Amino acid sequence: MSREPDVGRELALQHGLTGEEYERAVAALGRTPTYTELGIFSVMWSEHCSYKSSRVHLKNLPTEGPRIVQGPGENAGIVDIGSGIAAVFKMESHNHPSYVEPYQGAATGVGGILRDIFTMGARPIASLDSLRFGALDHPRTRYLVGGVVAGIAGYGNSIGVPTVGGEVAFHPSYNGNILVNVFSVGIARRDKIHRGVAAGLANPVIYVGSRTGRDGIHGASRLASSEFDAASESKRPTVQVGDPFTEKLLLEACLEAMKQPGQVVGIQDMGAAGLTCSTVEMAARAGAGMEIDLDNVPLREEGMTPYDIMLSESQERMLLVATPATERRVRDIFEKWDLEASVIGRVTDTGRVKVISKGRIVADMPAEALVDGAPRYRRPSARPAWQETVQALRLQEVPDLADGNEALIRLLAAPNLCSRQAIYQTYDHMVRTNTVVRPGSDAAVIRLKGTERALALAVDCNSRYCHLDPAEGARLAVAEAARNIACAGGVPIGTTDCLNFGNPEKPEVMWQFEESIKGIAEACRALAAPIVGGNVSFYNETEGKSIHPTPTIAVVGLLEDVRGALTQWFRREGDLIFLLGDAEASLAGSEYLALVHGREAGRPAAVELAREMALHEALRGARDAGLIASAHDCSEGGLAFALLECCISGPGGAVGAETRLEGKGRLDALLFGEAPSRVIVSAPPESRARLEHAGGSAGVPVRLLGRVGGIRLTVSVGGTRVVDLDVARARSAWSAALEEHLRG
Amino acid sequence: MKFGIVVFPGSNCDHDVYHVAKHVLGQEAAFLWHKDASFAGIDCVVLPGGFAHGDYLRCGAMARFSPIMKAVEGFAARGGLVFGICNGFQVLAEAGLLPGALVRNAGLQYVCRDVYLRSERQDTPFTARLKQGAVLKIPIGHGEGCYYAPEEMLKELEERRQVVFRYCDAAGQVTAESNPNGSLRSIAGVCNERGNIMGMMPHPDRCAEEVLGSADGRRIFESILHGWQPARRLRI
Repeated sequence: MSREPDVGRELALQHGLTGEEYERAVAALGRTPTYTELGIFSVMWSEHCSYKSSRVHLKNLPTEGPRIVQGPGENAGIVDIGSGIAAVFKMESHNHPSYVEPYQGAATGVGGILRDIFTMGARPIASLDSLRFGALDHPRTRYLVGGVVAGIAGYGNSIGVPTVGGEVAFHPSYNGNILVNVFSVGIARRDKIHRGVAAGLANPVIYVGSRTGRDGIHGASRLASSEFDAASESKRPTVQVGDPFTEKLLLEACLEAMKQPGQVVGIQDMGAAGLTCSTVEMAARAGAGMEIDLDNVPLREEGMTPYDIMLSESQERMLLVATPATERRVRDIFEKWDLEASVIGRVTDTGRVKVISKGRIVADMPAEALVDGAPRYRRPSARPAWQETVQALRLQEVPDLADGNEALIRLLAAPNLCSRQAIYQTYDHMVRTNTVVRPGSDAAVIRLKGTERALALAVDCNSRYCHLDPAEGARLAVAEAARNIACAGGVPIGTTDCLNFGNPEKPEVMWQFEESIKGIAEACRALAAPIVGGNVSFYNETEGKSIHPTPTIAVVGLLEDVRGALTQWFRREGDLIFLLGDAEASLAGSEYLALVHGREAGRPAAVELAREMALHEALRGARDAGLIASAHDCSEGGLAFALLECCISGPGGAVGAETRLEGKGRLDALLFGEAPSRVIVSAPPESRARLEHAGGSAGVPVRLLGRVGGIRLTVSVGGTRVVDLDVARARSAWSAALEEHLRG
Repeated sequence: MKFGIVVFPGSNCDHDVYHVAKHVLGQEAAFLWHKDASFAGIDCVVLPGGFAHGDYLRCGAMARFSPIMKAVEGFAARGGLVFGICNGFQVLAEAGLLPGALVRNAGLQYVCRDVYLRSERQDTPFTARLKQGAVLKIPIGHGEGCYYAPEEMLKELEERRQVVFRYCDAAGQVTAESNPNGSLRSIAGVCNERGNIMGMMPHPDRCAEEVLGSADGRRIFESILHGWQPARRLRI
């Protein structure tokens, strides 16, 4: 073994710690750290692991509710869904690895979030992906889309967890920094839930899963916690390599081990910062200590130093604590699944993590100091000077339309609006046979076998809104995700977020972050969808240029009766079409304005949260009373595009509609303007009176727009036909567009 | 009736088949671990979908060497019913228990969606409740489902009526457009000469209940049940 470098301030700086942070580390230990200890400090106190810039703000998020079993702080959040079962879910980012190595980056993103779910004793039943790429004409975009999508498919399909939905958006602000946010939800019996605690003095600490190699060393600190520059390509070795087959075995073996009560005391996956993070966090959570001997860690290669072993981010590994009585049985289960299981240490009561290698103590650190003792920053924030400029929109400079047909044809093939079928068809979205509403509707619906119930899942964020007005954009993201749940017939029960931002050391970025937190907190409170966990991803910048602020929001909803699940498309000729909510909308920040006029400006229409909630309740009431046949959220692309989607997105083919809109002012705003709190529903004619009455008593406007039928979508305004499209042709163009864009 | 569901490391649809057998059909069901080789009391062995052994080498190429495959062979030789779905079909083809091979989809990509199938014969234990020419709406989910066999073998298969299902359109017409993976002669499922081993790429386990959008797959399982005679239970 080569001699270890001398530890001092200089080396600490090279590890990404600041001078002050190094002093803090020395103070926490009462001496100069060893080389291994310095490595441990640098990853535990990295932005990615410590949340040092975000923690003071995250505490403002609402995290409590009647169904919440476990809020933020564990591997995943837990929400009670009745009958003794709980939904366990979380969303995480894998942005930088996916940019550097798209296939493995995205694949290990899926693997990481799945481990977070099954480590709690839950079987993962569905995943969603929220993906953001640069402009299609950027030279790297197609390569990245291909790699990321193939990586998600490769991992998710192989491990047998369906990918049931998500979102894909293209915008130049992601040219040098794509976003890959992966959500997963699992189901556990409430009495089988496990946590990441190292409890019980002298209990054995067991390492299970893949062997440890040199891959991913400093993934969390150097890759995830710094900006990109020209040299980022050289960080490819910090990206881990995924093996879904091993993870499948690990999943089955862990769930089998956790089935017997008391067999496993605590369990945690080795994700970011690997063995370091799992030992330290498990000890800290239990207020206990841990002593491990690295000689017992199964290694993939020779010559690995204690530093390498502690910092490796090799995938498909877990750390668990059993008892002396259950150790043998646990090891037998892993042996059955042909997995390594090695006792590497014992739980102690010292409050310290002691690491031994070849009979020598290489680290001996207080667990508490590494977790709760991590630095906290309230970084300076300032509203950017350009905020005012982008919010200004002089519509008189934008020519209005005389006819909507041509613009609608452009919108239906636009990268951000066309069908995502080309992507989701490569994901197995049906395995486990629970998928009642498949990808392609507002929310996916997953039935819960053995009950009448189902979960509705949706993930949303319009980062253009967030760029123009971060607080409003965040409120709108929560409102839209919750609205999508309501459209599917569900009641929100919990939220998880993935907060993707630029460099937090820049005051403008910090301001965007603070504003977003404010917006999320308000909306989650008002819509009764508390945050149960999530993740913050800072440093999403390349060459000093930050991405649009992108607080991705995933909301989980509950349906008491799976048969009440709704989809977005029109179902029957002769049904009437209604708009629930106000017809008024704004071109500010709209997809239309960006696509057709190349402008991203204005303040997006604000959401009134009480009205939003009233809409959701009216919608659910109408659904419960059996009044409506379909419901579709009216979002990007406005009312005209939403109507078209209702006509062309059904699995059975296209169906026409004859509609009439009323409105003063600009035609482009009426057709393509965007606004929250609007839903298009279809209903049989006999429902009309009851639907209007229900809307009236809830204070939600109900406007008759027209009737389903025929082979064309027509929209008339003031007696003039402004849209008249053959829906079958529109459907083929909309379905084929993404593949054509990606082929180039 | 008792279904035995083989669990290879990497099987993903084992629980799905179990659910259909146990909760949809109300029959008995048991998992059969790939290292075990006892089929006591089993009336029909199902090899489910998934990625057995990770399928890193070639689909089914490792699984065919699992200890349980010898037992499957013996079970079939004694006339037991063996049903391979998706990866299970790939394993049976690799093991030589069914003719032909499953290769990479013509489109080179994994495809998950509904397709239509035409039932080509009613006189198998797997199709007794399906009229010849019946059309089923059924999901596929595979990257290597393109059925391939040399021309000579294809001719033989047709002569011996071993093609059980073909991809077709909603009206039952076998067309190039309705073939999702480039399978030769649009073959989606085949049986052995004796008719007691059948493999198919589409997933009847994914469409056995109306709530999932189609219950057509249930008819295949009901066919198996329909033809089962308790007195004929094999003694293993």
